[in-house]
Amino acid sequence: MTSSGPQIPKIAVRGLQKSFGTNLVLAGVDVSVATGESLVIIGGSGTGKSVLIKCILGLLVPDGGSIRIDGAETVGLAGRAREQLTHKFGMLFQGSALFDSLPVWENVAFGLIQGRGMPRRQARDIALQKLAAVGLGAEVAALRPAELSGGMQKRVALARAIAAEPEILFFDEPTTGLDPIMADVINRLIVQCVRGLGATAVSITHDMVSTRKIADRVAMLHRGRIVWHGPAADIDRSGNPFVDQFVNGREEGPIHMQVRAA
Amino acid sequence: MMGFLASVGALALTFLAGTGRLALFAARALAAGLAPPYYPRLIVRQFVYMGYYSLPVVGMTALFTGMVLALQSYTASSRFNAESTVATIVVLSITRELGPVIAGLMVAGRVGAAMAAEIGTMRVTEQIDALTTLSTDPLRYLVLPRLVAGLLTLPLLVIIADIIGVFGGYLVAIYKLDFNAVSYLTQTQQYLKTNDVVSGLVKAAVFGFIVALMGCYQGYHSRGGAEGVGQATTYAVVSASILILISDYFLTQAFFT
Repeated sequence: MTSSGPQIPKIAVRGLQKSFGTNLVLAGVDVSVATGESLVIIGGSGTGKSVLIKCILGLLVPDGGSIRIDGAETVGLAGRAREQLTHKFGMLFQGSALFDSLPVWENVAFGLIQGRGMPRRQARDIALQKLAAVGLGAEVAALRPAELSGGMQKRVALARAIAAEPEILFFDEPTTGLDPIMADVINRLIVQCVRGLGATAVSITHDMVSTRKIADRVAMLHRGRIVWHGPAADIDRSGNPFVDQFVNGREEGPIHMQVRAA
Repeated sequence: MMGFLASVGALALTFLAGTGRLALFAARALAAGLAPPYYPRLIVRQFVYMGYYSLPVVGMTALFTGMVLALQSYTASSRFNAESTVATIVVLSITRELGPVIAGLMVAGRVGAAMAAEIGTMRVTEQIDALTTLSTDPLRYLVLPRLVAGLLTLPLLVIIADIIGVFGGYLVAIYKLDFNAVSYLTQTQQYLKTNDVVSGLVKAAVFGFIVALMGCYQGYHSRGGAEGVGQATTYAVVSASILILISDYFLTQAFFT
């Protein structure tokens, strides 16, 4: 699933493996994302989507395989080299993962102040700009995350993800737990932010409405492997029984839902 | 027989693996402090939280410990007409032993549990992962300030606990046991050596480090939502308390004269 031409993919994952005890979660994942492309990885719960992006982010250490960012191997990077690489990333977590001990503006400015040593006053100005970019006024800047609704927390988390203008954005189930209208707002903001920054985006979701709205390309993960990938426009005529079953939300098909966690 | 030996072996291996993981965790957190960025603001915040807010509970326990100690030592010493030793017993017991141990256990219950709960919640809500994605080392940002604060705060708390504890003994000796105030204070000073206070403060620094380390370690490795965080909190308090008492023996032996 590489981009056409000789251009080096922004992200290239080859033969990625990850197990937890005897549970093989990633069984040799191959996936690439071109610069400026928005890839959405779909798949049922427990198929390893979150594990895949946590491996790319360096939050989990894979058991085998290769992850290249801009052509450079990242598996095994540690210390300063890992921190430098992380400067390229922005991440929107499923549960927002806002720091509840800090006010909203400091959450947004956190990566600028702590990660890049920017003066607090300057970082605050940028945080207010980013909050405005996701439709939040300056009046929420001094509030604590616990004082915000789920949708507003998601917006703050999005503002935090884009605050340092990263080259690669990751979105983990960006619309989970939101009502359809707020989910649409978040989808629109994601598209707007990714295009505005010219960033490469990798999202994982099982929300097909979200997938259709934010994806340039789609890959489906099942039992630790990519079983289909292609342009988002082809999702309804993939000819792949796994994708067809998933997209149409049918119980019958090759995917058997596990009742118990693996 | 083989089954029993296998169980003992498995237990020993689990213990050694756990000890190794804890030692590595502490070493990695301390090594993180060798290079910038540093977070003095966070150290001060922990310092205030661990020290200032623990003052009432530590002060209260020290006061009553000193008072009980005066009564108990009077009971024992009066049996062989050595009531004059009460002041010395109180001051030595408080400075060498009870001040640091009581303060350590109280701070383990109050601060160690809170640290484990806070860091554990951050772990299960992916806030620690978020720190990493924001180019911030969680060990440097979350753990190191707490270890430094634990190391520095407890000795200061113990100085205050020592004074309050001795004062508690003084109150009971003067108002309950009818000691002469001047001679009680003279006796308190007469046999107290610098080493008595210093050994207590060294113990306090070690206990403070243990409390912070166990709180951070258990919280950092908590898993599985609210239940996991609750478990981490319990483990933090229990393991810190046990380690305080074990290390207390070895430190006492080291300072034994």
